[in-house]
Amino acid sequence: MNDEATLLQTPRRSGPAFVRHQAQSPTIDGTGHEPQNSTVLSARGLHKSYRKGTHTIPVLRGVDISLRHGEFLAIIGQSGSGKSTLLHLLATLDQPDEGEIHFDGHRIDNLPAAGRDTLRNRYFGMIFQFYHLLPELTTLENVLAPLMIEQSWWKYLWQRRTHEKAARELLELVGLEHRLRHRPRELSGGEMQRAAVARALITRPRVLFADEPTGNLDAATGAGILRLLRTLNRQHGVTIVMVTHDLAVAERADRVVRLVEGKMTSA
Amino acid sequence: MYKFLLCWRYLRTRHIALASVISVTLGVATMIVVNAVMSGFVHEMQDRIHGILSDVVFESHSLDGFADPQWHMEQIERVAGEYIAGMTPTVHVPAMLNFPLPNGQFITKQVNLLGIEEATHAAVSDFSQYLQHPENRRELKFELRESGYDVFDHQGGEDALERVEMRYAGWQHRRAMAEMRAATGPVATQPGFVPPTDNSSFSPNTESDPFHDMPNSPAAEENVFDPARETHPGAILGIALGNYRDRDGQERFLILPGDDVTITYPTAGTPPRVQSFSFTVVDYYESKMSEYDAGFVFVPLKMLQRLRGMLIPGTDVGRVSAIQIKLKDEAHGDLVRDLLRQEFDPAVYQVSTWRDKQGTLLAAVHMETTILNILLFLIICVAGFGILAIFFMIVVEKTRDIGILKSLGAPGSGVMSIFLGYGLSLGCVGSGAGMLLGLLFVAYINEIADLIGVVTGREVFDPSIYYFQKIPTIVEAFTVGWIVTGAIAIAVAASILPARRAARLRPVEALRYE
Ligand SMILES: Nc1ncnc2c1ncn2[C@@H]1O[C@H](COP(=O)(O)OP(=O)(O)OP(=O)(O)O)[C@@H](O)[C@H]1O
Ligand SMILES: [Mg+2]
Repeated sequence: MNDEATLLQTPRRSGPAFVRHQAQSPTIDGTGHEPQNSTVLSARGLHKSYRKGTHTIPVLRGVDISLRHGEFLAIIGQSGSGKSTLLHLLATLDQPDEGEIHFDGHRIDNLPAAGRDTLRNRYFGMIFQFYHLLPELTTLENVLAPLMIEQSWWKYLWQRRTHEKAARELLELVGLEHRLRHRPRELSGGEMQRAAVARALITRPRVLFADEPTGNLDAATGAGILRLLRTLNRQHGVTIVMVTHDLAVAERADRVVRLVEGKMTSA
Repeated sequence: MYKFLLCWRYLRTRHIALASVISVTLGVATMIVVNAVMSGFVHEMQDRIHGILSDVVFESHSLDGFADPQWHMEQIERVAGEYIAGMTPTVHVPAMLNFPLPNGQFITKQVNLLGIEEATHAAVSDFSQYLQHPENRRELKFELRESGYDVFDHQGGEDALERVEMRYAGWQHRRAMAEMRAATGPVATQPGFVPPTDNSSFSPNTESDPFHDMPNSPAAEENVFDPARETHPGAILGIALGNYRDRDGQERFLILPGDDVTITYPTAGTPPRVQSFSFTVVDYYESKMSEYDAGFVFVPLKMLQRLRGMLIPGTDVGRVSAIQIKLKDEAHGDLVRDLLRQEFDPAVYQVSTWRDKQGTLLAAVHMETTILNILLFLIICVAGFGILAIFFMIVVEKTRDIGILKSLGAPGSGVMSIFLGYGLSLGCVGSGAGMLLGLLFVAYINEIADLIGVVTGREVFDPSIYYFQKIPTIVEAFTVGWIVTGAIAIAVAASILPARRAARLRPVEALRYE
């Protein structure tokens, strides 16, 4: 585990590019030097509703949430309560109708598209219920995809060996070292989800978002994935937000909040 | 990096898109073939036309021509001498050609009778290159040769058909025919047909007759004309006047060099009278322009001038219909034409370049090429819409992947360039394959035409209908380049809309898409 630990704990880069004055900040992911109570991500008064013709369906009605560094937070709620919607807002995949989201003390919900793209690419990792691997790429290439997106092609090719080494080590960490050249359709659900976890971690994100990571897996496989997330959180200090409708799953987290009728209540 | 990778993977896994590109391939191939054949045709045809027409033709509006060609040539020399390589006077007049067949029937054809100067005509056009006797190609003479006429078409290349009868052409044929006629008596003629003149009805002004001491001149002999030892004045016939193709495609000859023909022509007087005169065929002219090969008869200029009464009495200076001008550089044609038009009264003289003369024909071919190109380009555009449709399908199919890429932080422009790059590579593949296919088709076009002919039982390219033995082709790198670039541009243009749509997909919607 020592190797993997250093892999995940190596200071990767100075602060977010979109926040210049933070460039020299020592707040680096997963180092554990940061006080546990510093807030990484926070949202205030989030509103989101979907419009169907003249009809508007309010989904979120003033959600307040804050995530501390190194925390493993679970959000539970019934199906259709808006958990995915909330997660997408937090991960800047979508924009709220009202309210603000702050990351490292900077407002991110109103950033221009390019800024949000960079944010997702470098500082956030995402895991989905349906794995969402790219079917045309091999497992290894899927894991490398965020780096390919981040870097220009010549820079990527220049550093290819380093990148591939990192990806192999991550795939080893999630237990997929024997599936490097397989296409997603040749993998089982659990394997695909583990590949997705490796992909989410390749850029050493500050926050890992997981939307029902076990929702599509049998109990044993799901438990394996949860154990993996748990390990990542405990041993490598990865900050995790997980969405689930399953209380048993949520119980693996440090803290559980409940989304009811578009508002947060502590569980 | 992901753009190249995904683009490449899509290219390898989406075969439906390759199918959509087949129409581009076919369009490009057809365009290349059509252009190659068309420019081959134009080039070959220009060659042939140019082979008979000199660069610039200076002619009179009247069949009677103009007097004193020497003075005219001096004037022309004075005006545009620096551009001119050579000049020769000619006389042309519509005429009738009439000759007997072995079965006693007579054949009459309408021809253009041309009087040309043996010494200078070869210098202004490729005329002599189209003759069938090698000696005549070297130095033109209106005399019957003993033998040695080409049996194989010297322009036909390796697989030229054998013209069996041409083996006997020449004096040998003439003597044999004379013997045969002597043995069987005069050939039977159709009832009511007045036998052709034996030139004795022609009453030339003997004193001014430049031919009166020629051995074959009718004026030189009082006694009976002996066809076994003498000939009439020589005439060169367009080859299509004397041959035909039998059912096996074999070329057969109705008359050969050595046979006599009668030519009926209008005189130069007012009003013109009609006269006939016998000539001996001394060679065939084959330009492969069927229009010329089936229409021209060449005789010596002085002879024609004398027969038509164009000579000034007591001299051998006569009127001519035209002066053919050969330029040092063919590109100066228009310039010389304009210079001469300024100098000479357009009411009397007409000056034109060989392009002007065949303008309608060339313009028609040009027009055809343009229209075909437009139509084929439209076909490629249709193929473009096929690509558009299939790309939209692929974008819809890839909606989820686009969402994934965006959730991983790929910008819209990156997603867009995946699909634009995809369109570009499809365009390159399609038009590259089309180019290869087209060039291969052009390279083997005659073999393909033969093969189709064998399969369907009908000759695709019948040399007796067209001007040429083989389908002529010219591949112009410039044209091919344009076609290929155009096709690629269309493929890229067709992928712009789907690519933009992909770029604008909102990541959440794309991710929810299942
Ligand atoms: N694009 C959309 N247009 C209209 N309504 C939508 C849209 N997306 C989501 N909704 C609605 O918003 C509500 C919340 O959806 P969301 O996916 O966030 O629920 P969820 O809590 O993640 O449910 P689950 O546990 O089943 O994943 C649902 O009622 C859904 O129908
Ligand atoms: Mg959900």
